[in-house]
Amino acid sequence: MMEILTILIPVSLLLGGLGLGAFIWAMRTRQFDDPQGDASRILTGEWDGRPKPEP
Amino acid sequence: MTMQRPMACPGCAVLPTTDVLPPAADAHVMLSLPGVHCAACIAIIEKTLHAVPGVQSARVNLTLKRASIAARPQVSVAALLQAVTAAGYEVYELNADALSATETDRQGQELLLRLGVAFFAMMNIMLLSVAVWSGASDATRDMFHWISAAIAMPTVLFAGQPFFRSAFASLRAGKLGMDVPISLALILASAISLFETIKSGEQAYFDAAVMLCFFLLGGRYLDHRTRALARSAAAELAALEVPRATVLRAGNEAVLPIAEVMVGDLIRVMPGGRIPADGIVSEGASELDRSLLTGESLPVPVTPGSLVGAGEVNLTGPLTLRVTAAGRDSSLHRMADLVAVAESAKGALRSLADRAARVYSPLVHLLSFTAFAVWMWKTGGDLRVAVNISAAVLIITCPCALGLAVPAVITSASGRLFRKGLLVKNGTALERLAEVDTVIFDKTGTLTLGRAEVSDLDAHPQEVLALALALAAGTSHPLGQALAAAVRARGITAAPVSHIREVPGSGVEGIWQGGQVRLGRADWCGAVALDVTATYLAAGGATRAFAFSDRLRPGAKTLIAALQAQRKAVMILSGDTPGAVAAMAGRLGLGPADWQAGMQPADKAAVIAGLAAQGRRVLMVGDGLNDTTALASAHVSISPASALDAARVASDIVLLGQDMAPIADALRIATKARRRMIENFLISGGYNVFAVPLALVGLATPLAAALAMSLSSITVTLNALRVK
Repeated sequence: MMEILTILIPVSLLLGGLGLGAFIWAMRTRQFDDPQGDASRILTGEWDGRPKPEP
Repeated sequence: MTMQRPMACPGCAVLPTTDVLPPAADAHVMLSLPGVHCAACIAIIEKTLHAVPGVQSARVNLTLKRASIAARPQVSVAALLQAVTAAGYEVYELNADALSATETDRQGQELLLRLGVAFFAMMNIMLLSVAVWSGASDATRDMFHWISAAIAMPTVLFAGQPFFRSAFASLRAGKLGMDVPISLALILASAISLFETIKSGEQAYFDAAVMLCFFLLGGRYLDHRTRALARSAAAELAALEVPRATVLRAGNEAVLPIAEVMVGDLIRVMPGGRIPADGIVSEGASELDRSLLTGESLPVPVTPGSLVGAGEVNLTGPLTLRVTAAGRDSSLHRMADLVAVAESAKGALRSLADRAARVYSPLVHLLSFTAFAVWMWKTGGDLRVAVNISAAVLIITCPCALGLAVPAVITSASGRLFRKGLLVKNGTALERLAEVDTVIFDKTGTLTLGRAEVSDLDAHPQEVLALALALAAGTSHPLGQALAAAVRARGITAAPVSHIREVPGSGVEGIWQGGQVRLGRADWCGAVALDVTATYLAAGGATRAFAFSDRLRPGAKTLIAALQAQRKAVMILSGDTPGAVAAMAGRLGLGPADWQAGMQPADKAAVIAGLAAQGRRVLMVGDGLNDTTALASAHVSISPASALDAARVASDIVLLGQDMAPIADALRIATKARRRMIENFLISGGYNVFAVPLALVGLATPLAAALAMSLSSITVTLNALRVK
């Protein structure tokens, strides 16, 4: 019965590691700089993040 | 921040062209926007800024209420400010160079990374620990312990570094800070657990060690954020007064940073501009507004040969000055030094957290050592049991909740205040604000906007007003403009006056119905000067006076009423004339005993010292240079964002918007925050009272330690969030 642990433990560590990786990625790419602004920006129809391409 | 070039065509995105706009040395501008609050604000401000020619990118940060702009070097900041003001938002310039947040930013990121790693480790070890608690035995338990050790040991080494470092530093200084028991607990818990694992023992505290790390890092991170905000506030506010001067060298005008202005340089100050350095007027005549420096609201005339000081505002005519002292030597900076002296006296104040830690830290060591000694004696020298129990005591008493209790409350309260438009610069300011029982206000620029409005318009016939409008419309003097605006607002049109000419430093004159008419200073018009701010009209041999009063800052009345409702004593200390102060006190509903006029800076500080000697806790609200010593010597101080930088540096809290009403909220929130802090101490103390006896008698299992720690940390955090 305990053989299942050889699969479950690495899997749980892997999943946790994925979460940690995602957190480090978010921190490196400055996702936490302006949480309020980003939450509001999603509501506007403006071009965002980069200048509007010229017509 | 990286700049992205606009794409001229789809192909350009793939094949970069070589002749695109050269990325010239872009000017980087930072603006403070206290009024921005919604998605629409972001869109409007960014659109407005992009519409200014030369602006390459503009991005609003809603969380920090700031805009950062990259623009071509020739774009003037004034144009940007004007555009945003025209869009209907309050705006102040910040000095981007002084906002070098990179160092604190890096520290914050580092703490956050450690926090993330500790969280990952905590969750995984917890998963394994649950299996051990629920009865895993023998080889399975050993395996779980080994896996936990493999995760926990590197985590404690990595995530615990901030504690180890500061514990080492405090030990070297011969002190027993809060980080010493923390480090001891971390090391002892990890070591004993590793030992137990090797010996295939039953209990391991890996989960407790990592959890301790996580919660304490959480508190540390919150604390860091408050401090970083306070530090950047100090830097950015020092930068608010953006120092530039128009220097005349070899016949050319050049706009230079004030640091490059040298003694002997000629500088030009246009009407409306602030004088950047001390000097002597060499050309031109004008009037100066000294209200920020002395508190008097009446403009002072200057002519060639007059001495002028940095910080004064030029009103009517262009002036050319020969610099006598610039930068560090100017009168402004000498005043700032005085403030630094007063500030250092304040450093003796101890915060609640410091006081708690002082009592707590020796207690933790004492308890743990006692447990060790008693168990050594009781078991007849069983080192393994004694060390185990003393480690359990250390873990349980460790100031997890204590380390979180204060930072969580301060973060939550100062975040709430920031949303109300108050920037808390000092971590202990909230605690001090909660103790305030007397509030002292400066008048000019604090209770008022420092902007005049005509107070006796009804006393003048319509034709006089029409004549006054004709003359006042031709001047940039603030009194003239206020008069013109007030008369226009009544729908009166200007009388036909010809040959209108402004005489800098005196007023405006013209020809009306064949006779000379003048609007300006009393002596120039041949009138008798009143004891309030006024401008005078001379026409047809008769003179008339238009009296002005300063416009009240919005929310001033509400604030005073709210303070009186909270039973705080309210006083006005002003450098202005008694007439003006009395009128203001009357408008605010204050009695004659509640104000003093004609105060010198030292007088204000003396009044505050007198009140402090009576045991009163004074909140000083002021904006001028004459208030700085008072601000620094008061128990706690607030200044508006429009204040002179010396005043802003000296104060603990800065009011970002124009409205004063949030100050009443600040007092209320500070009282609540202080209550929450004390509650939090009691809560974490309560958990200890319950858990420490268990640990001392050797009943503290790793499960009990984990429960006590997480429960107390979560309760104090939730309690902190109740600050409303």
